[in-house]
Order: sequence, then C-alpha cells, then structure tokens
Amino acid sequence: MKLSEFDRACLDGDLGDASQFAMSILVRMGEIQDAAEMIDITRAHIDSTLYQGEATLEFAERLAGMGAKVVVPTTLNVSGVDERGWQEWAVPPEWAEKAHRQMLAYQSMGTVPTWTCAPYQLADKPAFGEQIAWGESNAVCFANSVLGARTILYPDLLDACAAITGRVPAVGLHLDENRAGQVLLELVNLPEELQRDDGFPPVLGHLLGSIAGERVPVIDGLTVELTEDQLKAVCAGAATSGCVSLFHIIGQTPEAPSRESAFRGRDPEDRHRFTIQDLRRARAELDTAAGEKLDMVVLGSPHFSLAEFRKLAPLLAGRQRNPDVQFLVTTSRAMRALAGEAGLLQPLEAFGGKVTVDTCILTTPMLFPETRRLMTNSAKYAYYSPGLLDVEVAFGNMADCVRSAVEGKVRVDDSLWEG
Amino acid sequence: MDQVVRGKPLVEGEAAGLALWSDQPLSFWGGYDQDTGEIIDRRHPLSGKIASRRVLVIPHTKGSSTTTAVLLESVRRGKAPAAVITTGVASFVVLAAIVAEELYGRNFPVVQIEPADFDTLESGQWLSIKRDGVIEVSPGPQTDSFP
Repeated sequence: MKLSEFDRACLDGDLGDASQFAMSILVRMGEIQDAAEMIDITRAHIDSTLYQGEATLEFAERLAGMGAKVVVPTTLNVSGVDERGWQEWAVPPEWAEKAHRQMLAYQSMGTVPTWTCAPYQLADKPAFGEQIAWGESNAVCFANSVLGARTILYPDLLDACAAITGRVPAVGLHLDENRAGQVLLELVNLPEELQRDDGFPPVLGHLLGSIAGERVPVIDGLTVELTEDQLKAVCAGAATSGCVSLFHIIGQTPEAPSRESAFRGRDPEDRHRFTIQDLRRARAELDTAAGEKLDMVVLGSPHFSLAEFRKLAPLLAGRQRNPDVQFLVTTSRAMRALAGEAGLLQPLEAFGGKVTVDTCILTTPMLFPETRRLMTNSAKYAYYSPGLLDVEVAFGNMADCVRSAVEGKVRVDDSLWEG
Repeated sequence: MDQVVRGKPLVEGEAAGLALWSDQPLSFWGGYDQDTGEIIDRRHPLSGKIASRRVLVIPHTKGSSTTTAVLLESVRRGKAPAAVITTGVASFVVLAAIVAEELYGRNFPVVQIEPADFDTLESGQWLSIKRDGVIEVSPGPQTDSFP
C-alpha cells in the first residue's frame, strides 16, 4: 500500500503515540484489504462510544491517555447511558459509571458530543461526494445512499483511528467503481397509500437486506417519493437484516437518476420481483409476539426526528396510555430540544410517555425485568430485541403503536397490507 | 484426516476446534453473547449454539459496527471462538483480533477460504488451523453433547 509522508510520520511516532497507534491499525487493515493507498477524510462519526464492557472502555481510555485528538470534525454515536436520565430506569449504577467514563474519554478527544445514531439529522451533514469515515450501520447506509457521501461501514475502534489521523485505506464504497448497483429489486403494483405509510419502509429495508447480502441493491417501482424518515427506516432495516451500506432507488437517490446510472451501465447480476405478498411475508418476520398483552411501546431507532415528533403529537392528543404500558421515544438531545421548542413534548408527557436521549434500549440495560413484550415501528428494534433483550416484539406502524399503548394490547391495522 | 483446505491467513495463528458452520452471515452485536459465546440472533440458523472455543465458519459478518467491540470483549472474557473462517475479507473480525492482540496479548486466527471450499465444510467436523492458513479437516467426535 502506498503511504504518504504524513502516514509515515504517524507510523514513526512523530505526531505522538495516539497517531502512531491509530495509523498502525489503519495500515494493517488497509494491507489486509489490498488497498492501493490511503486517502484523506473530511469528517468522522465514531460508533466506538457504545459501552460494551471493559474492553471498549479500556480502548477508549488508552487512546485518551495517549492524548488522542481528532483532526477532522467528528460526531459521536449513541453511548451506553443516558447521561442525565438513567436513574429513572433499571440501569445498574456500575454500568452507568463505566459507560459514562467511556463518554468522557471520547469527549476528551475534541469531538462533538452529539450522542446520536442519526447524525444525518444534524444541521451540518456530509455533502455529495465527500469522503468520510462513519460507523453505525444505519448512518453509513444513509450517508452513502441518500446523501451520496463516500464511506464504508467502519467497525468500532477503526472509526476512532480514522478520526485521529484523518486518513483511511481507499477501499470499498470510498471508490466510485464499487458503488454500482448489483441486484435489481422490482416492486410491482404497490398501493400508493402503503408506500406513504411509516410501516412500509422498515419492511422494505428488512427484505432488501435479506436479499442483497453484501451486494448493492437497486429498487425500482416505487411510485411515491420517500420522506427522509422513510429513507432512514429503509437504511436501518437493510443494514440490520443484511449488510447493505449503499442502495439506490431509481428516480429518488442521488446516484440513480436512471437505471443505467444506478448500475453504472452494467447489467444486474440478479433480479427479483416483489409484490405486496412478498412484503407481507417480510413484515411477518419482524413480528415475534406470541400474545397480545403489551408491556411497552418504543419508538426511535434510528433516533426519532423532529418530523416524527410532529407526526406523533396529533396521534397522542387527548389520549392516555394504559397504565400498564410504558411509552418511550429514544432520540438525541438536539432533536429533543427542537421538539421542546416546537411544543411537541407536551402532548407526549400528557399521554404518559417518556423520552430517553444519548442511547437506546439496545445499548443501555434500561428495561425493567417485567418488560416481556414490546411493540415498535422500527425494523432495527424488532430485529435485535428478541436476542439482546430476550423479549417478544410486535411490529406495527406509529398509529398502531399509539393505539396499542392506549388499549394495553397489541392492535395492528392490516388494511393497507391486504392489497 | 478427511481433507485439507488451503486458506489465506488474514490473522495468523494456530487453533483447533469443532466446526460451527452456517451459510448465513452473522452480526456479533445482537447475535453473539459475549458472556457465554451463545449465538443469540433468534432468526439465525445457529441460534442457541455455543461458538465459544469452536471454529466459527460463516460467509461474512453483517449488521452492526459494534460487531468488533463484542468480539473484543468476548476475547477478554475467554468466550471468543477459537478461530473464525469466512469467504470474504472479514474486516470486523480481523480488527477485533488485531486489537485483542494489542490490548490483551491474545488473539484468534482468521482465515479466508474460497466459496467452493466453504461449501465442503460442515458443523461437527474437527478443524485444525495452521499458521499458513492450511485447515486440516477431520471427523468430529460422535457425541450428543454438541449444542
């Protein structure tokens, strides 16, 4: 692999221990991946903030102890604890203390403490063509697919190395030639009302990830332009059931004005046609609930946006959750602040709902042991909760989730899916 | 010995263990219990199996960026697979092995093999991995205690 003078200076330790440590890992990874060279990045998003036990804390504190500082604007992904709200939940104090130490370690590196898995919702987001180093699978998929920025899915630990050096191996989706579509998914005769629903894109994403595996999928046949939140939900679903870090939607995403451009003039390796029946099957896979008594509704994976708070507020107006059902929205501090300014938190509080920031139910042990059955409109929560939290999950759209929280039982309106 | 598979050592090392094979990719975060080594992705064919100290054979990883952190923590706790064999360049797994060596002075071998060789392997075989990426395949012990 070709190294620049800067890369060599880092390796030689001229720029300090942290740069030396980070560059040695980057170079070793680049060589294993047969990279021809290292390239500059303009920003980073660090996923290593998730507290996963002593090892992640040791890694963070070792870097911080070496005086590591980021050299490009760097945002931080969710942490292992809601810094100021964990006491309301079942988080063990020892966990909170260690997860917080890990937050402090990454903050000490000159990063922006955004604590969100949806950094693309912040005002300053990557531009088309920008070379960046992001961790967090849904965010990577969004940055590539929707914004047209260039990043691979950075594993935890490597994202921090990239931020500290501003350099990464030129591999995968950093390179234009690897961004061509490979698999065509044609959606046939989907009702437009379904395409507009928030329950549709998580299912589409889940299906996309299961079909595409490691390849770049291209979606054709959508007749409605998806909103930012719907695209976010496709990303989260596809990056969870599979490892989709880039997809194209013909006529909607920036690298796919036409089928030719989406495939960069090549033929698809593989074609699939999907009808509403196929989507119904994918939807059923997301639902593992064996009964209807509900303990908790959770919205906001990826983190809830201002637009989602705006959509939720009228659904809650004048209603109250069933006292046996907890109602939680997970989001970032920034979105919570904006929602508060817009008067959108008051209806949530009146309904009996709560907000958790900085983290989510999958990354902090916040649920009480009696919580056995969840409901969500998130493919990511639906996919991971059974394994990580040992709970059952019901899947529905936002309106289903609110109605179920009111009635205390899982209630799903299937009418849009009957087509 | 039944056969020999020649792979490319992504992280060099020697290890041996029972094979745990699946043609489905796995996210270690949300899919691997770092305390016990159990596969906990309830939609994965290996759900409920214990991968700790076994040779995990999967085509590639999927899902979360945190896969690397889970593997690193599982090394620290002595609950990592003995080795991982994949068909792709499993960069998440490789990184975990590299950092584990750096932090704890122990790692596990990671070997890349051809898809055609991948298809000849199966759960329950005894796999012995050499530093140069050679994998010796033998019949596993006949036992009912293979979870």
